[in-house]
Amino acid sequence: MSIQVRHLRKAFGGFAALDDVSLDVPGGELVALLGPSGSGKTTLLRIIAGLEPADGGTIHFHGEDATGQPVRERQVGFVFQHYALFRHMSVFENVAFGLRVRPRPSRPSEAEIRETVLGLLHLVQLDVLADRRPSELSGGQRQRVALARALAVKPKVLLLDEPFGALDAKVRKELRRWLRRLHEEVHVTSVFVTHDQEEALEVSDRVVIMNEGRVEQSGTPEEVYERPATSFVYGFLGDVNLFHGRIHRGRVRIGESELDAPEWAEARDQAGIAYVRTYDVELAPTPSGNSSLEALVRHVRTFGPVVRLELDLVDGGRTIEAHLPRSRFEGLAIAKGQRVYVSATHVRVFAGD
Amino acid sequence: MPGTSRSVLPGFGLSLGITCTYLGLLVLLPLATVFTRSAELTWPGFWDVITNPRVVASYRVTFGTSLLAAAVNTVFGLLVAWVLVRYRFPGRRLIDAMVDLPFALPTAVAGIALTTLYAPNGWLGGALERFGVKVAYTWLGITVALVFIGLPFVVRTVQPVLDDLEVEVEEAAASLGAGRWQTFTRVVLPSVAPALLTGFALAFARAIGEYGSVVFISGNMPMKTEIVPLLIITKLEQFDYAGATAVAVVMLVASFGLLLSINLLQWAARRRAGV
Repeated sequence: MSIQVRHLRKAFGGFAALDDVSLDVPGGELVALLGPSGSGKTTLLRIIAGLEPADGGTIHFHGEDATGQPVRERQVGFVFQHYALFRHMSVFENVAFGLRVRPRPSRPSEAEIRETVLGLLHLVQLDVLADRRPSELSGGQRQRVALARALAVKPKVLLLDEPFGALDAKVRKELRRWLRRLHEEVHVTSVFVTHDQEEALEVSDRVVIMNEGRVEQSGTPEEVYERPATSFVYGFLGDVNLFHGRIHRGRVRIGESELDAPEWAEARDQAGIAYVRTYDVELAPTPSGNSSLEALVRHVRTFGPVVRLELDLVDGGRTIEAHLPRSRFEGLAIAKGQRVYVSATHVRVFAGD
Repeated sequence: MPGTSRSVLPGFGLSLGITCTYLGLLVLLPLATVFTRSAELTWPGFWDVITNPRVVASYRVTFGTSLLAAAVNTVFGLLVAWVLVRYRFPGRRLIDAMVDLPFALPTAVAGIALTTLYAPNGWLGGALERFGVKVAYTWLGITVALVFIGLPFVVRTVQPVLDDLEVEVEEAAASLGAGRWQTFTRVVLPSVAPALLTGFALAFARAIGEYGSVVFISGNMPMKTEIVPLLIITKLEQFDYAGATAVAVVMLVASFGLLLSINLLQWAARRRAGV
C-alpha cells in the first residue's frame, strides 16, 4: 500500500510542527524519516497513523482518503519508542490482542489466533518466550514483541517511531539489520522515524530528511548522501566541516586562501558556506599555493582503520576534523602539535551565512 | 575492614525495632485491651450481647452501607482520578485539592451539612422526596455520608498508578483496532485493578469505623438505621463497658477478616497485572 501525503499542516500553540509537507511512500518500501529533534518527523508519523489530527492537508492510503479516519479503522501498525506493551499480558496475549478485539463476525477462531501468533513469534524469533511477561524481557526483545503485535493485524502500513531509540548501541545495530531482513520477508510499506543518520542510511530504501517542519530532501540513501540538495542536508548527513566565506566568480575565499567552486561562476561577492566532509580533507607538510589553510594538530586518535585528527586553524582559531586512512596517516608522519597545511579534495558550496 | 556493613541500607535492626514498638504501643496494645475488657464477660454472657437482635441489625447496617459506599467510591473515584490525570482544564488543581477535603473536615461538620441538605425540608432532600426517595434518616443517608468520607481514599490510591500508565499503551490498543470500551476493560482496568482494590479496602475500612458524619443523617432508629459504632457509644454511656467491648471485638475480627481477604485478592491482582 502506498502512502500519499499532501500539504499537511500542524501547529502546536504558535509553533508550526509541520509546514506544508507533501510526501509519497511507494508501496512495499521501507522509508526513513530523518531529522533533528523538533523537525516534525514524529508529528508527521503520528498524523499518518491517525493518533494526531492534522490542521490541514490530506493523507491517502493507496489512493483511498484516510484523512478523517480514526486510528482504529486505519489499519496501521504502530511501534512506539518505549514499546507500550500491555504489561499485564503475556507475550502471546500481547500479540493476540489485535485479533481478540475484533468484532465477533470477523474474529478468528482460537485455533487460528494461536497459529497466527505463534507464526509471528517465530518470525521475530521469540517462540520460546511466548508465556513470559514483558517485564521479564530485554529491551530488544520487547521491541520485537511490539513489532509482532503490530504485524498481527495485517496492517496496510507499518509505522515505527524511533523504534531503536531506547536501546543500547550494540542491540540497535543488530536490530536494524534484523528489521531490514524482516522487511524483505513481509514486505509491508513501512515508515520509521529516526534521528540517527547512520541508521536511516543503512536500513531504508528511501530517506526523507526533515527540518523545521519541512521536507528538505527525499531520495535513496546514495542520492541524499552524494548529492545533498540543501546546505542543511549536507550538514546533517555524515561528518562535515564548514567554512564561512565569500563567493566570487567561481571561487570561495576563506580567510587568506581560496577554493574552486565552479558552479558559482555567476556569483559576485556573496556570502557562502563551504562544506568539506572529514574524509575529503587533505593534509600536507608544506603549503600548496593559496588553496591551503595552515593548522596545528591538536589531537590524534589512532584506533581502528581510520585515524581521526582534530586541527586548530591558525587563521580564525576554529577547530576542524579530518579522517585519514591509516596508511596515508603513517606516510605523512604527523604528530600532535605539528604544523600542517589543509586542503580539500571535494568542496560543496551553498549560498548564505 | 571491620565494621563494614554488607548492605547499602544500614539500620535494619534499629528501624524494625522502632516500627514494632510504635505499632505495638499505638495499635496492638489498645486493641488487646478491647479483648481483655470483653473477657470480663462469661462466654454465654458474651454470646448474648453479640447476638442480641438489635446488635445483629446494626452489623447489617454498618457492613451493608460500608460495602455499598466503598463500591460507589470505587467507580466514581476511578472516574475522578481519570479526569484529573488524563485531561488538562482550568480549575483542575482546584478540583484536585477539593478531593482531600473529606480528610480534613471534622466529620461532625460533614454530618450536619449532609443532613441539612438531604433532610425532607432540605435542598436536595425536598427535591428527592417528590420522587418518593427518602435519603436522610434511612440507610441511603448513611451510605451518602460514607461515600463522602471514603472518596479521597480511592482517588489518591488510583491517581499515581494512572499517572504511570502511559498514554501510548492506550494509543497502541486503539491502533490495534480496540474501541474505547475494549481499551478500558482490557488494558486500563487490569493495570489499575490492584490500586483500585487498595482504595476500596481503605474506603471500606474507614466507613466501618465512621461515627461522626453518620449519627446525624442516620436518625439512629434501633433495628433500622443504627450503626455499630453508635451502639457501642450507647453502651458506654450506660457504663456497660464489657458489653461495648464485646461488640467491638466482633467488629474488630470481622474487619480484620475482610481486610485480610481484600489484601489476598490484591496480591493476586498484582501478580496478574505483572507489577
